Amino acid sequence: MKSAVITFPGSNCDRDMDVALKKFGFKNKMVWHADAELPKSDLVVLPGGFSYGDYLRCGSMASKSKIMQSVINFANSGGMVMGVCNGFQILVETGLVPGVLLRNKYLEFICKNIFVKINDKQNKYFKNINIEVLKFHIAHNEGNYFCTNDQLKEIEDNNQIAINYCDENGKIEDQFNPNGSIKNIAGIFNKEKNVLGMMPHPERMIDISLSGEDGSLFFKNLINNLK
Amino acid sequence: MIVNEKIAIDHGLKKDEYDKICELLKRTPNITELGIFSAMWNEHCSYKSSRLHLKKLPTKGKKVIQGPGENAGVIDIEDNDALVFKIESHNHPSFIEPYQGAATGVGGIMRDVFTMGARPIANLNSIHFGSPQHKKTKNLLRGVVHGIGGYGNCMGVPTIAGQTSFDSSYNGNILVNAMTLGLVKKDKIFYSKAAGLNKPVIYVGSKTGRDGIHGASMASASFDEKIEEKKPTVQVGDPFTEKLLLEACLELMAGDSIIAIQDMGAAGLTSSSIEMASKGNLGIEINLNKVPCREAKMSPYEIMLSESQERMLIVLENGKEEQAKKIFDKWNLDFAVIGKTTKSKKIELYFDEEKVADIPVNTLVENSPMYDRKWKKAKLPKKNKIKKEDTKHLKIIDVLKKILANPNVCSKEWIWQQYDHTVMGDTIQKPGGDAGVVKIHGTDKAVAASVDSSAVYCWSHPLTGGKQVVCESFRNLISVGAKPIAITNCLNFGSPENEENMGEFVECVQGIGEASEYLKFPVVSGNVSFYNQTKDEGIKPTPAIGGVGLIKNYKNMITMEFKEVDSLVLVIGKTEGHIDQSLFARNILDEKNGPPPEVNLFNEKNNGETLLKLIDNNLIKSAHDVSLGGIITAVAKMCIKGKKGINIKKPKYLINEIEYFFAEDQGRYIIEINKKDFKKVADILNKNAVHFDELGAIIENELYINDKTKVTIDELSTSNKSWLTKYMSK
Repeated sequence: MKSAVITFPGSNCDRDMDVALKKFGFKNKMVWHADAELPKSDLVVLPGGFSYGDYLRCGSMASKSKIMQSVINFANSGGMVMGVCNGFQILVETGLVPGVLLRNKYLEFICKNIFVKINDKQNKYFKNINIEVLKFHIAHNEGNYFCTNDQLKEIEDNNQIAINYCDENGKIEDQFNPNGSIKNIAGIFNKEKNVLGMMPHPERMIDISLSGEDGSLFFKNLINNLK
Repeated sequence: MIVNEKIAIDHGLKKDEYDKICELLKRTPNITELGIFSAMWNEHCSYKSSRLHLKKLPTKGKKVIQGPGENAGVIDIEDNDALVFKIESHNHPSFIEPYQGAATGVGGIMRDVFTMGARPIANLNSIHFGSPQHKKTKNLLRGVVHGIGGYGNCMGVPTIAGQTSFDSSYNGNILVNAMTLGLVKKDKIFYSKAAGLNKPVIYVGSKTGRDGIHGASMASASFDEKIEEKKPTVQVGDPFTEKLLLEACLELMAGDSIIAIQDMGAAGLTSSSIEMASKGNLGIEINLNKVPCREAKMSPYEIMLSESQERMLIVLENGKEEQAKKIFDKWNLDFAVIGKTTKSKKIELYFDEEKVADIPVNTLVENSPMYDRKWKKAKLPKKNKIKKEDTKHLKIIDVLKKILANPNVCSKEWIWQQYDHTVMGDTIQKPGGDAGVVKIHGTDKAVAASVDSSAVYCWSHPLTGGKQVVCESFRNLISVGAKPIAITNCLNFGSPENEENMGEFVECVQGIGEASEYLKFPVVSGNVSFYNQTKDEGIKPTPAIGGVGLIKNYKNMITMEFKEVDSLVLVIGKTEGHIDQSLFARNILDEKNGPPPEVNLFNEKNNGETLLKLIDNNLIKSAHDVSLGGIITAVAKMCIKGKKGINIKKPKYLINEIEYFFAEDQGRYIIEINKKDFKKVADILNKNAVHFDELGAIIENELYINDKTKVTIDELSTSNKSWLTKYMSK
């Protein structure tokens, strides 16, 4: 399986994502934001970080960079595109996934382990994963997902919510919501579910000596689904 | 403007220093030259009060590749890998403008590290605030934490450990010390020594603005009531640009075009150009019209003294300019050839085709003032006798809960959760343990780092305090299973012009020197911050020690949480019952006098090395050093983190329970071992003449003392975790 990770000026989880993808069998290529063409890929990843310093709005300037037109075309033709953290923020700015990401409710950067419940498995990201709750890791300042009531209705009608913040037993309640996201949303799909944006960093959970291993489960499952 | 003595004094120079400048130049300096002298000769840049004493520190060792004198220290960690690290203060600006002060402190120290060719792999910090009740404390704490996070998080470098304390002596002068560790190949280390004639001098990074002018001079003076007016001397950070600068510099460094490189930190273009020339015994000629400026009509004086951040000065090989420029263009950074190296051994500056400065380099560096300041030796205070009736009414569990909730002991999760501590995917021990640990990417090696200080001990007896801090750093590294290699120090003191403050400095440095010599734990880099003083009131002497150690196989790393019910818990090291200057004495008995605990370097070394042996033999399940709050506080923290209980039995010593549980004797650790390993462990400890006590066995959920008094771990956990969050949300 071939993957591509885009490096924007200010990306800082691009190497981590490269390490994770390779660890689970992807042949990964790093792609520079100023390039025009994507290499042939089965998966394109927009990594975390602070693209363009998060100036103006998180993800806003990156969404207009040269490579993004190719990424948008790739997504619109059904290609798998995953945005993590800043990558999610870039995705909402392109409109590939609905909604916006606001500053965290308590106005502070949060770096910690959290749990997310998988809401939908009818997609290539979570199909066949034999677990309901994943222990993931977040590190962000603007992860407070928000959308209009109409958008929310549409998202729910189409089953576009990917993962919700919850406790270790999968209970989705306000007290387990780290950043104030509407409906505890931690990740969403586009309508066709080939594009996934999420705040948690699966690439930081790929070794028992790190924060945990549920990221390994995610990547192993993902590559199997793409085969 | 004609320079005279009054202008010189306004620049922070003393009358005799100004006379010396005139004598060295054999004329009156112009205003640009005066600015340059004031920037180079202030305390912050010249170390004029401290140099004499710093020379006495042990700085050499088998593993030391580069000691003090470069941008940062470098140590060998085998396999052609080397670690570059340093700690630096940003105290004065952080008090004036906490967010930017702290942020640029973090930015500055990371630049020091990547200037040497190393990719930063971990950040640490030591931050000290006034009394929690003081009206400024909360906002300063919030601003500093946001600033450290804002910069470090954006750079994508994990903040893996730190230290936070509160003491009323910091009410008017907070401390913000930032430390960075970087990784470099041993044969790709870059230095700041210029070499060769007519080599192009290159300016890269951000444009020069009017921010931070006289920052280093501000940091070399005491505060008074007009301190708010100094806000414009605080630099403004742009971590995004620094991230680009990091990537661009490392990309350029992968080739072979750089002769020397130096970041523009304190005193900006002035100190960077002069240091490179001085180390290379050369001259440098700069055309200031070529310096990329953010604002129009900046004068030579402003360009030379600006402390705008995220800038570097490079001496390049001839003919490599185009290739280097391409890299900086790719990263959207300024790149300008602003001058060249010369044989004149002078700094020669041109502006609008006029020579605006002409100063021999040696007058600025070798001939800079050096003072043997008067200092007063501290007496060892007399021991207090604790009367029985003072402690009779105290219940151990109640005291323990109070200590766990004490601002200097309580959990600092509120702080470190705001720092990205997992980016780069190599953090294997997060903040909240004895030391932070990161893997050396792609290898089995891991590096542990910790930053420590003990202002109360140093204040009570500077010589003992200085030794103690080094020992504490040593212990923290050993507790996670790392072999201690070297330290960096950040020496935060009051005014060197005050004999007592100067005495504190001299004796703390002596203590640091003695301990690091004995423990073979040399000082490879550091920084001095004097004038942490408002009017006549100085801070408690606060040398901060950043220790670095190596774990050969990361799988052998030790953490502090209790692991398993039925394990045995031992105390390594003898408890003598030293209560004076302990958290218990100061906060529970309200007794602020008396000497700090004695430091026995033989025991420190022997106990620590023996524990490392036990770890190497896979006999240790968890370990934690005993520090503030004594044995019971250390044990309680291990219970809280491991969500396990313990049944403690006080050994039959002559000292009483209070003394046994709350004393802060040095050289001690708590360890958890498997019951079946007891004989093996006891043998090794006995063979090495290490004293140990059997404390008890691990149980579920509760802490018992001598089978009777008990408390649930949840209750202890709440005491420990709630204070800071509550304080910050009020």
